[in-house]
Amino acid sequence: MNVNVRYFASLREALGPGETVDAPAGATLSLLRDLLIARSASHAAALARGRALRCALDQALCDESALVRDGAEVAFFPPVTGG
Amino acid sequence: MATPRVRVQTEDFDLGAEVAALRAGDPGVGAVAAFVGTVRDRNDGLGVSSMELEHYPGMTEKAIEAMIDAAMQRFDIRAARVIHRVGLLQPQDQIVLVAVTSAHRGQAFQACEFLMDYLKTQAPFWKKEHTPEGARWVDARSTDDAAARRWGIESGNA
Repeated sequence: MNVNVRYFASLREALGPGETVDAPAGATLSLLRDLLIARSASHAAALARGRALRCALDQALCDESALVRDGAEVAFFPPVTGG
Repeated sequence: MATPRVRVQTEDFDLGAEVAALRAGDPGVGAVAAFVGTVRDRNDGLGVSSMELEHYPGMTEKAIEAMIDAAMQRFDIRAARVIHRVGLLQPQDQIVLVAVTSAHRGQAFQACEFLMDYLKTQAPFWKKEHTPEGARWVDARSTDDAAARRWGIESGNA
C-alpha cells in the first residue's frame, strides 16, 4: 500500500515535510513508525519509541493501532501547543 | 454564504468586529463570552522576542469545526466562532479568539472555556519561540491535559 507520511514541527525540521512509504496490507501506524525508524539514523532519533509523538490518519487524530489504507495520509507530530 | 465558524489565518483580528458579526441578526442572544489569547514576552524562564506558529493545513480547520460541533451539542449556545493565527507573532500580539453566544451567561462561559481547553490539547498547532538562548519548540503542558480532562476529554497530549 502506498502511504503519504507528513511531519510537522521538530519532526519536520529533522526529517523534512514528508515522504512516501510502501506498507504491507494490514499495517498499523505503529508498524509504519517502525518502518520509518529503520530508514536512517535521523529517522531513528526523531521517531524513537521513547519520544511521545501523536499521529493522524486522513487528517483526524488517531492512535497507533489504527489501520492504514492505500493512498492514506498519515502524519506524525509532537504534542500540540496551540491556543 | 455563511461566514465560516473557524478561521486559521496570519492576519490579526478585531474582537469587537468578530463579536458584532457573531451576534448580528440574533435577538435571542443575551450573552456573549469571548476569550483572547496573546503572546507573552516570557515563557519557561526565558524572554521571548518572537514566536512562530505552525499548523497542519486542512486538519486544523476540521479539528476545530468538530470541537465547535461538540460545544453546540453539549451546551445551550446559539453560535460560536474560533480564529487562530499562524505565522510569525510578536509579544502582545493576539493569537486566538474563541467567542460564543447564548441566551444566558452560564452556558456561554462554560462553552468558551470548553473550546479553549479542547483546542489547547487537540488542535494541530505548534509554537516555536525565539529566546536569547536560541529558538526552541514550546513543550506541551500537563496542566492543559488536566484542564481538558475536567470536561471528560482524555487528550493524551503532554
